Amino acid sequence: MAGLTLYDKLWRNHLVDQREDGSALIYIDRHLIHEVTSPQAFEGLRLAGRRPWRLGANLAVPDHNVPTSREERAGGIAGILDQVSRLQVQTLDDNCRDFDIEEIPINDVRQGIVHVVGPEQGATLPGMTVVCGDSHTSTHGALGALAHGIGTSEVEHVLATQCLIQQKMKNLLIQVDGQLQRGVTSKDVALAIIGQIGTAGGTGYAIEFAGEVIRDMSMEGRMTLCNMSIEAGARMGMIAVDQTTLEYVEGRTFAPSGALWDAACAAWADLHSDADAVFDQTITFRGEDIMPQVTWGNSPEMVLPVNGIIPDPEAMENATQRSATIRALHYMGLKPGMAITDIQLDRVFIGSCTNSRIEDLRAAAEVVRGRQVASTLKQALVVPGSGQVKAQAEAEGLHEIFLAAGMEWREPGCSMCLAMNADKLGSGEHCASTSNRNFEGRQGIGGRTHLVSPAMAAAAAIAGHFVDVRTLQEHSA
Amino acid sequence: MKSFTVLEGLVAPMDRANVDTDMIIPKQFLKSIKRSGFGPNLFDEMRYLDEGQPGEDCTQRPLNPEFPLNHARYQGASVLLARENFGCGSSREHAPWALEDYGFRCVIAPSFADIFYNNCFKNGILPVVLPEAAVEQLFQALYVEEGYRLEIDLEQQEVRTGEGQVFGFSVDAARKQCLLKGLDDIGVTLESAAAIRQFETRWRAQSPWLFDVIRKEQR
Repeated sequence: MAGLTLYDKLWRNHLVDQREDGSALIYIDRHLIHEVTSPQAFEGLRLAGRRPWRLGANLAVPDHNVPTSREERAGGIAGILDQVSRLQVQTLDDNCRDFDIEEIPINDVRQGIVHVVGPEQGATLPGMTVVCGDSHTSTHGALGALAHGIGTSEVEHVLATQCLIQQKMKNLLIQVDGQLQRGVTSKDVALAIIGQIGTAGGTGYAIEFAGEVIRDMSMEGRMTLCNMSIEAGARMGMIAVDQTTLEYVEGRTFAPSGALWDAACAAWADLHSDADAVFDQTITFRGEDIMPQVTWGNSPEMVLPVNGIIPDPEAMENATQRSATIRALHYMGLKPGMAITDIQLDRVFIGSCTNSRIEDLRAAAEVVRGRQVASTLKQALVVPGSGQVKAQAEAEGLHEIFLAAGMEWREPGCSMCLAMNADKLGSGEHCASTSNRNFEGRQGIGGRTHLVSPAMAAAAAIAGHFVDVRTLQEHSA
Repeated sequence: MKSFTVLEGLVAPMDRANVDTDMIIPKQFLKSIKRSGFGPNLFDEMRYLDEGQPGEDCTQRPLNPEFPLNHARYQGASVLLARENFGCGSSREHAPWALEDYGFRCVIAPSFADIFYNNCFKNGILPVVLPEAAVEQLFQALYVEEGYRLEIDLEQQEVRTGEGQVFGFSVDAARKQCLLKGLDDIGVTLESAAAIRQFETRWRAQSPWLFDVIRKEQR
């Protein structure tokens, strides 16, 4: 019998019931909850007279709607100016109280983006099944967990039954061999992969990332990569557990300690694909080939290396691709033949569940140190992923580097990634953003998003246009 | 949940690839704590010329005359014909809620994003995957013939045209049964409560570090 993939093992370990019709009942270890996709689920429980199956499996935190300016944040929930946002955050508080669910409240130092908070608190552990009503739940796969986003009906289903009805996905191995060039980060790897396989390339698959580049990556880098799995169409991305994983997890609030830690480590030693495991598909990349990436269109697959040239739709044979390109160029206000480095920027956003962890902020600060934001820029926002990331960054003095350069240092939350709070783009504005989606209107109606790594966003903030971060890093070296 | 058996209805086009859930229902409407009333804001940024706000009366807003759903010929449509990777992006269930609230009960496309596809079944909407050539043919027919209608039969797994042409489609058995009967998923799963408890007891013994962590749990 062939060996098992990491996904096969996680699936097997959580299988409650395999049904004749091909569906399976899968047990859920951790359910993370935020304010946007949960109110209707709690309402559903109320209407049906149901209680949560297992209170201790749930952890809630508000993130999408919370303001990030210090003044607005100071008043807690009552201080949120947008009354619709305020009601939603208040509703999460009320529901957690009514159903007795553990919540990290708005101004707790542990509060932050749910996908930063989960691993940071040790609420996400290797070998778990982790779900949340948010597509970027794939992030948690970086710890060797089976983690994916769900809709609100499934949020209610998990609350009520601690299980999900699932169909098993196919296995896709994405192998990144060799080493990354200096200045090239996990975000660039993610974008380069999506550029090649497309935003539907992973549809129907669970992705496992492996290879020397992944083994050399920090946990923060791995989380960025798994976070972007959904932008490649895969609900889940995951990485085998190794020493890097264990070092990250040990000592965190909800992680085991003492004898339990040893027992857990022994169990987690199996969380890798067997040498003879069979994948339905394998795609290989060479780390050395990956350049810093910049997206130019309205789908993450519309991406180029920083030295790239905006494509000409007239040269495209595929009609759907041609019309999508024409539409994207029109929306983005770009012309075929233009250099990526000629795109002038209005705002820069460093943050989101993709790139708001301490390593991301360090990478951005390293580029910004001793420099000034371009005078043509309207705003450069730095939004840490959690209160703990913020405290760590401040302990290292990173906030002073950002502030001295003319950037804004904010309170934690999802912020301009999806602009549900006050942080948004104006129509026609170009933004270098470390977030995950460059969809039309995502960061504000008419806003023009370019996805990049934190180092590339920082370099763009200094130059006022895109620039290969490696040229700045050479000067400072 | 509404059941879905056979639908005979007017077809409307969404003729672009990679329609994401941000397009289907923009973020400002996600602030609602209700699960109904999203229909007037379906495709909001494409459908109207101004910026929509939650709770606003949409009947007074300026319509984008170029957007197909604003054309007289597509009023009352219940079938949406779309291109590849429909519903990509965010997991927001507000997307199928908006489609359903508007009146769509079926979306036909060459491919769907996984989470959206799954969310449709929880809301009485049937997502049908047809080959790209078939979808292209339907688009052509739809543009030529005003009042173009299709019949979608879930039991038989068929899409039928007025001329009697039949396209078969696949759908997995579990989702099909739930949709045909309009079953409450949670009720069905709770029939396995004993199996879930049994699993939980074994799993707790095997992985005790997963329990009593966020809070002390009752056994």
